Amino acid sequence: MALLQISEPGQAPAPHQRRDAVGIDLGTTNSLVATLRSGTPTVLVNEAGEGSLPSVVHYGEDDSITVGHAAQEYAVTDPMSTIRSAKRLMGKGADDLPGTWLSDHYNFDLTSGPMPAFATNAGPKTAIDVSAALLKELKAIAEKSVSGELVGAVITVPAYFDDAQRQATKDAASLAGLSVLRLINEPTAAALAYGLDANDSGTVVVYDLGGGTFDISVLKMQRGLFEVLATAGNTALGGDDFDEAIVSMLCELASFSGELSSGAQRRALQTARQVKETLSEQESVSVDWHIEAETHWSGTITREQLNNAISALVDQTLTPCRRVLRDADIEKSDIRAVVMVGGSTRVPLVRDRVSEFFEQPVLTSINPDEVVAIGAAIQADVLAGNKPDNDLLLLDVIPLSLGLETMGGLAEKIIPRNTTIPIARAQEFTTYKDSQTALALHVVQGERELVADCRSLARFELTGLPPRVAGAVRVQVLFQVDADGLLTVSALEKDSGNLASIDVKPSYGLSDGEIESMLQASMDNAAGDMQQRLLQEQKVDAQRVIEAIDSALRADGDIHLSSEERAAIDELIDNLKNSVKGDDSAAIKLAQESLEKGSSNFVERRMNASVKHLMAGQHVDAVAAQLEESEKPQDAND
Amino acid sequence: MSITMTDSAAAHVRRHLEQRGKGVGLRLAVRTTGCSGLAYVLEFADEVAANDEVFEDHDIKVIVDKKSLVYLSGTELDFQKEGLNEGFLFRNPNVKDECGCGESFTI
Repeated sequence: MALLQISEPGQAPAPHQRRDAVGIDLGTTNSLVATLRSGTPTVLVNEAGEGSLPSVVHYGEDDSITVGHAAQEYAVTDPMSTIRSAKRLMGKGADDLPGTWLSDHYNFDLTSGPMPAFATNAGPKTAIDVSAALLKELKAIAEKSVSGELVGAVITVPAYFDDAQRQATKDAASLAGLSVLRLINEPTAAALAYGLDANDSGTVVVYDLGGGTFDISVLKMQRGLFEVLATAGNTALGGDDFDEAIVSMLCELASFSGELSSGAQRRALQTARQVKETLSEQESVSVDWHIEAETHWSGTITREQLNNAISALVDQTLTPCRRVLRDADIEKSDIRAVVMVGGSTRVPLVRDRVSEFFEQPVLTSINPDEVVAIGAAIQADVLAGNKPDNDLLLLDVIPLSLGLETMGGLAEKIIPRNTTIPIARAQEFTTYKDSQTALALHVVQGERELVADCRSLARFELTGLPPRVAGAVRVQVLFQVDADGLLTVSALEKDSGNLASIDVKPSYGLSDGEIESMLQASMDNAAGDMQQRLLQEQKVDAQRVIEAIDSALRADGDIHLSSEERAAIDELIDNLKNSVKGDDSAAIKLAQESLEKGSSNFVERRMNASVKHLMAGQHVDAVAAQLEESEKPQDAND
Repeated sequence: MSITMTDSAAAHVRRHLEQRGKGVGLRLAVRTTGCSGLAYVLEFADEVAANDEVFEDHDIKVIVDKKSLVYLSGTELDFQKEGLNEGFLFRNPNVKDECGCGESFTI
């Protein structure tokens, strides 16, 4: 059962043609996936309700791959095969390794290929493999969260990523079976989340302070695109450093000067994080810190004390800020907006200092952990074709629905009115009678249910269909309206490849007034049209039943029926044929039901006969064995 | 007969309308296409047209054109979660048959 989302006016997709696309923030420490639900950007959560996936992958000895929180569990017991921060190695060569954080923490296999690979339980794994494992998990979450299939994803990368790093990200996506709509820069995604692309010019600064890294970017909006003017940052500065500074402060307050054991260190950092988070909301917090076995410290810490502890670190971020302004050659007064990204920008001192530095209020209304994924989701939605791009392109719409005549003189709409052009829509039709070798196509325009009330545009025929039973031949009909409003209708029989097509100019000769009155008529006659549609559908169904029983009677009616029985069925058929000529929907239904009931014996006998025919000349046990055999799953090499 | 919303559907519609920042209400419609004949349309509405009927439920305007109303009369819009997926559902008393996908139906 598909659950529906609310679309923009005129943008509701045809059934089963929803174009779901996602935005992915593939981060160094955490990754997120987001999509638009009824127009609202939403970060998707896994079964445990977690929206943020730790960018950690564990490779087990049995080739098992564990991702996210579950993988973190192995960090202590199996650190060499528990890969984190793989993003730092994306697109890098063996020469880039020495002296990095990664080379200190992992063993590398430099012989397995051109790229350095982590030596894990499951063999060498490159940064691309690790990223692919993360993307696969995010893709799985996304696919469980939307009704349709994913059209693709927009994945974010740091603004400073070079071509090799971007290509590596694309390779990871293709390994994960994810189609990449586009890679966009993380700061650009953040700016998109705040809708800063609505103005067609202006300079935007994006301040991104995460757990372990700091990035500052200057973007310039030009002709609907963000251009990165300058980036700077510090790959070893972030919220983790704030936590360390708070621990030092706590030690000082508690007059504790010894070395903390690793367990005590963990407890201290946890306390520090609580202090940091609480003081982002409140002015003071009471702390009960369990230092070592018997040692406790309790007291109150104010926001001012916290600010003093981290002040020097926050100031460190301002140096790169000065540098990007110089590199981009812009003045502070040129900046239209400052966007805050990353969990550490929740700290009030950070907001204050940055706001002070750029001499304007900073944007913080969107969750700074989610803002990049949200911007990517918005971009993905546009690229998947779910938004009319009114700002950039003036699009035309078709004024009245275009469709085809189907059995019973009903108009089947293929392209609904108000669809923007150019557009192509295909629909499959099938034959109605056994051995039917041609299909007449009648192209109509209008909103009414009956072809008689619509405008006829063109007629053509597809011939040379393979003679088969009714419903077995499949014909794909494609409606294409080009940017100039020219309609081309083609019909293709899939097996024989037979093709017929016709060109029409649908709006030709119709004034606005005529279009208006055609629309009005469809409103005024809505109830009548519905009755007509029901009646026609009833008639078509009745015809189908007559057709089927007629052909069965012709085949073996004499064998299975006595002449009295045959006469009874014939009478029921005549009865139904007569009702179909009239316009009484209930009468047709009644006659059809009596025919179905009256002929049920005949149908049953035919079925028994065909089963007997199957088993003729065989021992019962052999048949049973055969049946059993056919129910068994077949081996691939059978 | 009117068109109504469950509490849960109304809460979500209100949230999405606020997030969108504009629009007079929600438009429900029916399009004659799809694997079993008719398909639902669920859209934000920016205007009320001459042929629209406007219902008000939970302080939200629900807009249905007269042609669609013959198929939708008495419908209650619901909101449901299925695993990680969530979205809106038409509870339409006129429906005889659905294609199993919930997006198209016959009456």
